[in-house]
Formats: sequence, structure tokens, C-alpha cells
Amino acid sequence: MNTIVALIPVFPLLGFLISGVGYRHVPKKVTTFLAPGMILISFIFSFIVFLTFATSHFRYLATSLPHHLFSWIRIGPLDIPFSFLIDPLSCLMLLIVTGVGFVIHVYSVGYMKDDPGFNRFFSYMNLFVFSMLLLVMGANYPIMFIGWEGVGLCSYLLIGFWFKNHDYNNAAKKAFIMNRIGDLGFLMGMFLIFTTFHSLNYQDVFAQAKGMAFGNPNLVAITLLLFVGAAGKSAQIPLYTWLPDAMAGPTPVSALIHAATMVTAGVYMVARSNILYVLSPATMAIMGMTGLATALLAASIAIFQNDIKKILAYSTISQLGYMFVGLSVGAFTGAVFHLTTHAFFKALLFLGAGSVIHAMGGEQDIRKMGGLKHAMPKTYWTFLIATIAIAGIPPFSGFFSKDEILGKAFEFSSLVWLLAVIGSLMTAFYMFRVLFLTFFREFRGTDMQKHHLHESPAVMTIPLIILAVLAAVGGFINIPAIFGGNAGLSQFLAPVFADARAVMEHEAPLAPGTEWLLMGITLAGVLAMSAWAYHRYIIKQLGLLPDDAPRSFAVRLVSHKYYIDELYEAVIIKPTMWLSKMLHEVVELRFIDRIVDGVGNMVVWTGNTVRYIQTGNVGFYMFIMILGIILILFFNILI
Amino acid sequence: MMILSTIPIDYYLVFCSILFCIGVIGVLIKRNALLILMSVELMINSINLLLAAFSAYMNDPAGQIFVFFIMVVAAAEVAIGLAIVVLIYRTTHSIDIDVLNKLKW
Amino acid sequence: MLTQILILLPLALSLITLLLKKERTIRYFVLAGTLVEFGIAVAAFIQYKTMCHCQLQVTAGWISSLGISLKFGMDGIGLLLVLLTTFLLPIIVLSSFSHSYNRPAAFYSLVLFMEMALVGVFTAFDGMMFYIFWEMALLPAYFISAVWGGKDRIRITFKFFIYTFTGSLFMLVALIYLYFRTPLPHAFDFQSLYAVTLTPAEQSWIFLAFFVAFAIKIPIFPFHTWQPDTYAQTPASGTMLLAGIMLKMGLFGMIRWMIPICPHAVQQWGPAAMTLAVTGVVYGSLIAIMQKDMKRLVAYSSIAHVGLIAAGVFALTIHAMQGAVIQMISHGINIVGLFIVIDLIEKRTKTRNIADLGGIALKAPRLAVFFMIMLLGSIALPLTNGFIGEFLLLLGIFERYMAFSAIAGLTIILSAVYMLRMYQRTMLGTTNEITEQVTDLTWTEMAPLIPLVIMVFWIGLFPGLFLDTTLPDVLTIMSYIR
Repeated sequence: MNTIVALIPVFPLLGFLISGVGYRHVPKKVTTFLAPGMILISFIFSFIVFLTFATSHFRYLATSLPHHLFSWIRIGPLDIPFSFLIDPLSCLMLLIVTGVGFVIHVYSVGYMKDDPGFNRFFSYMNLFVFSMLLLVMGANYPIMFIGWEGVGLCSYLLIGFWFKNHDYNNAAKKAFIMNRIGDLGFLMGMFLIFTTFHSLNYQDVFAQAKGMAFGNPNLVAITLLLFVGAAGKSAQIPLYTWLPDAMAGPTPVSALIHAATMVTAGVYMVARSNILYVLSPATMAIMGMTGLATALLAASIAIFQNDIKKILAYSTISQLGYMFVGLSVGAFTGAVFHLTTHAFFKALLFLGAGSVIHAMGGEQDIRKMGGLKHAMPKTYWTFLIATIAIAGIPPFSGFFSKDEILGKAFEFSSLVWLLAVIGSLMTAFYMFRVLFLTFFREFRGTDMQKHHLHESPAVMTIPLIILAVLAAVGGFINIPAIFGGNAGLSQFLAPVFADARAVMEHEAPLAPGTEWLLMGITLAGVLAMSAWAYHRYIIKQLGLLPDDAPRSFAVRLVSHKYYIDELYEAVIIKPTMWLSKMLHEVVELRFIDRIVDGVGNMVVWTGNTVRYIQTGNVGFYMFIMILGIILILFFNILI
Repeated sequence: MMILSTIPIDYYLVFCSILFCIGVIGVLIKRNALLILMSVELMINSINLLLAAFSAYMNDPAGQIFVFFIMVVAAAEVAIGLAIVVLIYRTTHSIDIDVLNKLKW
Repeated sequence: MLTQILILLPLALSLITLLLKKERTIRYFVLAGTLVEFGIAVAAFIQYKTMCHCQLQVTAGWISSLGISLKFGMDGIGLLLVLLTTFLLPIIVLSSFSHSYNRPAAFYSLVLFMEMALVGVFTAFDGMMFYIFWEMALLPAYFISAVWGGKDRIRITFKFFIYTFTGSLFMLVALIYLYFRTPLPHAFDFQSLYAVTLTPAEQSWIFLAFFVAFAIKIPIFPFHTWQPDTYAQTPASGTMLLAGIMLKMGLFGMIRWMIPICPHAVQQWGPAAMTLAVTGVVYGSLIAIMQKDMKRLVAYSSIAHVGLIAAGVFALTIHAMQGAVIQMISHGINIVGLFIVIDLIEKRTKTRNIADLGGIALKAPRLAVFFMIMLLGSIALPLTNGFIGEFLLLLGIFERYMAFSAIAGLTIILSAVYMLRMYQRTMLGTTNEITEQVTDLTWTEMAPLIPLVIMVFWIGLFPGLFLDTTLPDVLTIMSYIR
């Protein structure tokens, strides 16, 4: 078992090394099979681990024993082993990462087949999966941090994959630096954990935290710092602006990294540290507000975007906000559940968008598409399923996961519920907008594009179909009791969140009537929104305004993403650059260096001045000498 | 020795101080390098005399040994000093220190 | 036995090199010599780890009437630094093969002389020996810059020499003062100096004298202004010697001499020194962002990195001290790697100006990969050597001064900013007429980079070997604090 666990991340690493080191010599054919193959092996191993786990008695232990590989950093009390923890949560994440990862790898083979950087692409992708596996498997915070930074690096490499274009490079740099801001928070959080608990291993930390008082200031500080890290990685306010820009990378990258896996790392981390968070009400409140604000802000921006990938990116941010709302109201299972279903349908949406972009010859503006459902039926049907899933229409997966979060939110506060529902309505609207503008109505592209239109090859559509099936039925892993289900995922994950549940106040669960009512309201709203989108974009044929069309102030504000990028540019980047220049030119060269040179110049000046005492007149010298002797004698008497 | 020891030490002190001051004044007011050298010799010898006097007074021969040392060193110094003065005179035809001020700055 | 050989071999090689004529012969002779020296250092390491922790001490009388003895030896910290020195020397020599220096015999002789002096500094167990080798290391550095340097070399190296020399005079004064406070017969050896009991006021003065000497060498803000100019003007090999090894002399001096001699003053002045060091971290990082010359950019980044190490030393916690030692090694490796890469770019394009470059990755993917790896080590990505050091340093600082750690932690963000900016402007984008003709690395050019890359990941993955070597000595030094 230990070996199997240890081998899971080894295969992607191997794939990275082979196609990375030998990028010039390894033939494309080899990489075609090697890269997805390595992920597939990892997936199989993960599945074996999952099966062993699900069937053995381990699942009833609150925490499972870590698999110790070797000692990484050890200095006295600081002992950071390189060890992996397999528990229900990491099992689930393993399956998502390797499963969705494999599907996307297969898709990429088709998507990238003509790219000269084929080997380079797959080596980065494998490295990404390796890092992500470390992130979810680590048995202590530093191992998670390895993966945490590793995925940041891969994201940098992949966003800037087409590095001839400096816009892409800037987007990549922005992603890395914003992530690093979060990482600093994470790092400081780790330090505070160490000074508080004298350990960084999950087991020791959580075991000690269990006994701590509710609202312990140290815990609040730790969780806040960790949340800064999560906000960076999971693109929450104020660190979200990198994610839309990250769409510069090849579309499979957006699907894998910026939708399905990496961005959920923050959610995973909070879920992993659940006991710390439930004991820190202040953090929970801040996290909830941030999540809610992010969900609404991103959803509102998404409505007015025209780039298909950007819409999906803002939608991702919005959905991540949802997950944080779920976490903050204690719906850990709900958040992880939504993470899972989101991985399915968002990966599917991105891959579908990639298929569309591929067919349109690189065009990403939905105003220049239209009518694609006839040309690419498979893409259309899978995209439709994903749209329904994300909008939250039963029985597709998004409905169940969203419903669980909304239910918990209502238990917590009806205001939070209301705002979350508004966000969910916006989601339904903009997703159907994309669907209608892309696949319905008449084709609005150039004749050449029209001629070129084609359904993607099987290597790309089969992954779409697999993901579509998952997006459709993925919700059934956790059917709530109200539908007569057994809430399988909740039971599976229960040991991980057992301590947290014990801490949380036990509110009476919602009455079935209320629950039905809430569900009905949400569903009615979603359907109404879909209908409105249909009315606007199909019946009234709206939504094709060019960028420079006159708009009201509010619309202009939203469609320019609230000018947040411009704000950061003016408030952070420009001043930093100015400071850098100023420090160098003024403080460094005109002040510090002048002082240093000044000391030297003073010595030279003193020498130049004093040398005139050397008159050459012997009589004068002797006079001075005698005077000196007399003075010495005089002072001698005086003292 | 008898005479020396009968004269009180104060007399030597005063005498030597006077000799030394004459030397100092000579060094300061004379413009002739040769005379300055002679004044310096006067200062040295006043010290020598003082050393000898104290040696007798303290009954410690170390002082007289020092006197011999100083005399030897002074002889060497005078030899070099005079040689320099002679050389200066040969090149500049003057031993007036007010003229000899080329070594400056 | 091995200690004497380690010091004398480079000296002998240095003298023999002067006799050689042909450049080819000299190069291979020097390379072989430095490799042998590295082999001996490894042997010493093995002996130290396996046989005993006997510090490989050797003693011989020298000026016994003044209590100065030829006393050398190695504790774990010194040993690691000797290993670093002897490991980097062949790499520096190898990387210099791509240049043709005038009077190669003199050049390589100076390089070897420098190695001797550096090994001497790291192995000195006698205060006066430490000072003598400290100054001896300055001479070859000065001549390498002043003879083979860039256009403005005379003025810059003069400043460099005078500045660092002035600093070390303060150290000499402190050492002599301590010497007179040792019990009769006075002695300069380190045990006697450690044993001196000083009043708080005396400790403060001794501390300040040491601090000035070390702060200039390291360099700590605001004593750093000699450094960027000197790096920019010195030939590549000289820069590597300076940045990779010589800076460590100051840090080593702090750990090895300053803390045990004046522990109370270190604690008393610690926050003040820490403020300077941490200021340097942020200041150096910020200035690096807008630098135009690659070498200057790395020079300012180095100010930030060594500032963090110095801050770790002053944090006086075990983790920070261990982090400081491991980061000294890592920084040496990373910065030499970066300078090699910059040198290779300069050799191909005849410029170090960031704005003139671009798109090199298209023409020279291997170069881009090596650059990336060294860059990642430098920005402390986990699993590279830089992370181990920075993690321990920041953790150690955090344990004592949370705020300082948070401010110094900005280096995590800022280093990514300036390094990625440099990488993007030079390697990425499209080629221009300058970078059009760039060729990829040959095997000879990769040879010095490969061992560096191996070390980057070795230390990043398995730092245990190095951490365990220094732990006992760090604990010993920490014991002076209490």
C-alpha cells in the first residue's frame, strides 16, 4: 500500500522528466502515449487506493496514518517528513486530479497536435499533475506548500506557453506574482502554526487544535493567513484578477489548471484545515463575505464579457466564491462536493470552448460565432449538458452540489442565502447567453471560418463525452436524504469533518417543507433566467453590440470589470515601479553612495588642505615643535 | 665625586634648565643652520649633565651609561647633520634656513 | 593533515601556474588542480562525518611571543564553506574557458591564490590568522577587477578596496583589544578569545567594530554601495568569486567569531542590526526591479538575499541559524549559476542590457532551461535549494520577531517580480537583430552548469546531510547566547 501511494506522483514526474529532458529527441508519437499514459497509471493506482480505502476499516478512523517516505527537513523539534496522507478527502482529490487530468491530457493530444512545442507542453502538464498530487497528498503543510508553489510555477509556464507573445508572458507573470502574494500568507500561516503547535503535521496540529478554545486569537490569525494563501490560489477578492488573464494559455490548460484542479487548491486547503476554521468565527465571517462578494462580482462581470474563455474564467471565480461561502457556513462536504461537480462541468465547458475555438480558427469572441450546433453537434450537446449542470437544473450535477451549499447557507442566515441565489441566477443567465450566442442563431463569422467549420476529431470529442456523462450524473454521488438518497459522499467524507462537526453548534436541520420551498424558489428563478436569456438572445436577437457602442455608466463600469485592473495598476504597480526607480536614482545614488564617496572625498580634501602647513620653513617647524612640547608639558601639569 | 656630591641637586637642575633654554632659544632665533645644530647640541648636553647629576645623586650608574650612549648617538647625528649642512651649502651657497624652504607641500 | 593540504595546495598551484606559458596548459592544469582540491575537501568531509567530529585541527607555532599560532581546523560550518569554495572553484575555472584573458598565468594564479585565502578564512582557528587570510582574499579580488575589469575599473575597484579594507581595520582593532584582554600569556586562538569576559560597554564596542567589518563585506544595507558597481566592472570569474564565496566570509565571521565573542551585545544590538538587514532585503529587491543591466540586477538581488541571511543570524534561533548556513551554500550555488548564464548571454550578444535582448529561448532552449532552474532556486521555489534556506530563515526569524519575518517575507513576492521580469525580457518574446544569431549551449558550456543544477535539487530534496553536519556547531554557538 505504501508503495502504491508513493508511486502515484512518481509517474507524472517520470513523464515530465522524459518528455522534458529529451524534448528534442523524444518523438511526438512517444509523448502522445507517454504523457496521458502516465496520468492514466496514476489514476489506476489512485483508484486502487480508493477501493482499498473505501472497503477497509480505515475509513472509520478519523485520521489515517501518513505514509512516511523520507525525512525532508529535520532540525531538533522541527521535523518535516516527506510523507503522504491518504484519507477520504485526499482520496477524492486524487481521483479528481488524475481522472479529470487524464481526460484533459487525451483531449490535449488532439488540441496541440500541430504545435511545435508538443513535448514541452506535455512535460509541463505532467509536472502540473505531479505538483497537484503532492498538494493533495501531503501529510503536512510544507508538503502541501511544495505542490502549492509547484502548481503556481506550472501555471506560469503554461499560461506563457506561447512565449513569443508578451501579452501572454505578462499574464503568466501576473498569475505567478499574485499567487506568490497568497503564498506569503500561507508561509506566514505555517510559521504561526509551528510556533503555536510546534509541529506542521496535520495529525499533530489538528489533534492539538481540537482542544483549543473557540475563537482563540492564534487560530484566527493562522486561519486568516492561510486564507490569504487560499484567496491567491483560488482567485478570490482581492487576488482574483490573474485568473481571467490566465486564459492566455492553451485551452486545455485553462480546463485543467484554471478550472478543474489548481484553483480548487484553496478550497481543499480550507477543507483540510476544517477544525482550525470552525474554531475561528472571525475568519469564517471574513471568508464568507469574501466568497459572497467574489461570487457576485465575478458573476456580474461575466454577464458583460464577450470572450468565451473570459466568461468561463469569471464563472470559475464566481463558483469558487460559492465554495468559500459553503466552507464559511460549515458546509465542508457541500464545498467539496461542489468542487467535484465543478471540476466535471467546468472542465467540460472549457474543453467545449476549446473545441469551438479550434473550429473557429482561434476566434474567441462569441459575437462572431453562432449557429455552431449544426456544424459541431457533439460539442453542442456536451456544452449544453455542462450549461444545464452549472446553471443548477436538476437532475444534473450542479443542482445537487449548489443546493447543499444553499441549504446550509439558509440555516446560517437567510440574507446569505438570498445573495447566493442571486449569484446563481446570474450564473444561469450568462451561461445560457454563451450557449445561445455560440450555438444558436445564424453564423456570424467570416466566410473562410464558415468553410473551415468542422467537428473536432474523436480524440477531442471522446473526452467531452466522458466529462458530459460525469457532469450529468456526478451529482448522484451525494443525493440528499430528501430525495431518498443516502448522501454517499457525505458519509465517505464524514471522518475528515467529524471534529469540525462536533464543534459546530447543532442547529435543527431544515424542515423538509422549507427545504422543498427553497429548492423550488431557486429552481424557478433559474428557469426564469434561462427563459429570459432565451427571450433576449433568441427571440429578440440582442447581444451583438460592438465594444464602442454607447452604454450607460453602470454597464460600462461592469463591462470594464469595475476597472479593478486599472486600479491595481495605479495603486500598486505604478507606485512600486516609481519606488524602485526613486530608491535607485535618489536614495541609492544621490544619498547613500554620496555619503560613502563623501567620506573618501573628505579625506582627500583634508589632505589637500592640511598639506599647506608644510611650509618648508625649518624655523617655523621648530617653532611649532617647541610650542607642541610646551603644550604637552602644560597639559601634563593640568591633568 | 666629593665636590659633585656636595653641590645640591637643585643647582644642577637650575643650571641645566638654563642651558636647555639657551639651546631652545638658539634654535628658535638663529637663522644659520650651523648655529642651530650647535644649539641642539647644547640642549643634548644639558640633558647629559642632568643624567650624570642624577646618576650620582641616586647612586645608580645607569644614568651615566645613558650619557655615553647619548654621546655616541649625538656624535653620529652631528656627523650626518654637518654633512648635510655642507652639502646644502655646496649646492645653494647658503645655510640660512629662511632661504632653504624648497621642501614644502 | 588534510587541512594543511587544503590550504597549501592552492598556494603551490598558484605559484606553479606563474611558471606556465601556454594558455591551454594553464587552463587544464588549473582545472585539474582545483578538482584535486575539491577531492581533498570531500575526503575531509568524509573523514569528518565518519571518523570523528575532531574538527581536523592542526596547530603550529608562528609568532609565539605574540601568541599568534598557525592554528587551523574545521567545524561543520567551516567545512561546508570549504566544500562550497572548492566545489565552486573548478566550476568558475571551467566557465572562464569561454574567455581569453590577457596574461592567463597571472589571472589563474590569482584565482588559485584567492582559493587559498578563502579556505584559510574558513578554517582559521586563530584570530590573527583569520584577519590575515581575510585581507589576503581581498588582494586577488582587487587585482582581478583592476587588471581584467571593465571600462571604469580603476575608480570602482579602488573604492571597493578602500571600503572593504577600512571595514576590516575595525575588526583588527577589535581583535587586538580582545587579545590584550586574554589572560597572560596573551593569545589570539579562538578559545582564548571566546573565553574573554567583557563588560557590556566593551562588548558593544567590539560588536560594532566587528559589525562594520562584516556588514561591509556581506554587504548589509547601507554599506552595500560598492557592490553593484564592482560586480558590473569585474570580469565574470571575478564576480563569481566575489558573489559566490567572498560574501560568505562576512556571514561566516558573524557566526563563527562575532556571536561567541560578544553574545550579549549581539542580543542587545540584534534588533537594530536586524532592522538594517531587513531594510536591505526590501530595498535591494525593490531596486532590482528596475535595473537595466543583468549583472546589476543580480547584484541587487544578492543584497536582498544576503540581507535575509544576516537577519537570520541576528534572529539567534536555531532554525534561523541553520537556515543561514544552508542558505549561504545555496546562495553561492545559485548566484554563480546566474552569473554563468549572464556571462554566456553576454558572450553571445555582447550586451548585458535587458532592453536589448529578447527571444533567446527560441534560439537557445538549453540556455533558457538552465536559466530557469537557477532562477527558480534563487526565488526559493520548494524542492530547490533556495527554499530550504529561506523557509528556515523566515521561520527562525518569525519565532523571535514576527513583524521582521513578515517584512522580510516580501522577498518571496519581490524576487519573483524582478527575476521573472528579467527572464521575460531576455529569454521570452521574439528575437531581434541582436539575439537573432544566438546559438545554443555547447557541452563545454553546459559542463559547469550541470553540477550546479544537481546541487540545486540535491539540497532542495535532501538537505539532511548538510543540516546534520552543521547542527552540532550551531547548537554550540547558540549555547554562547544563553
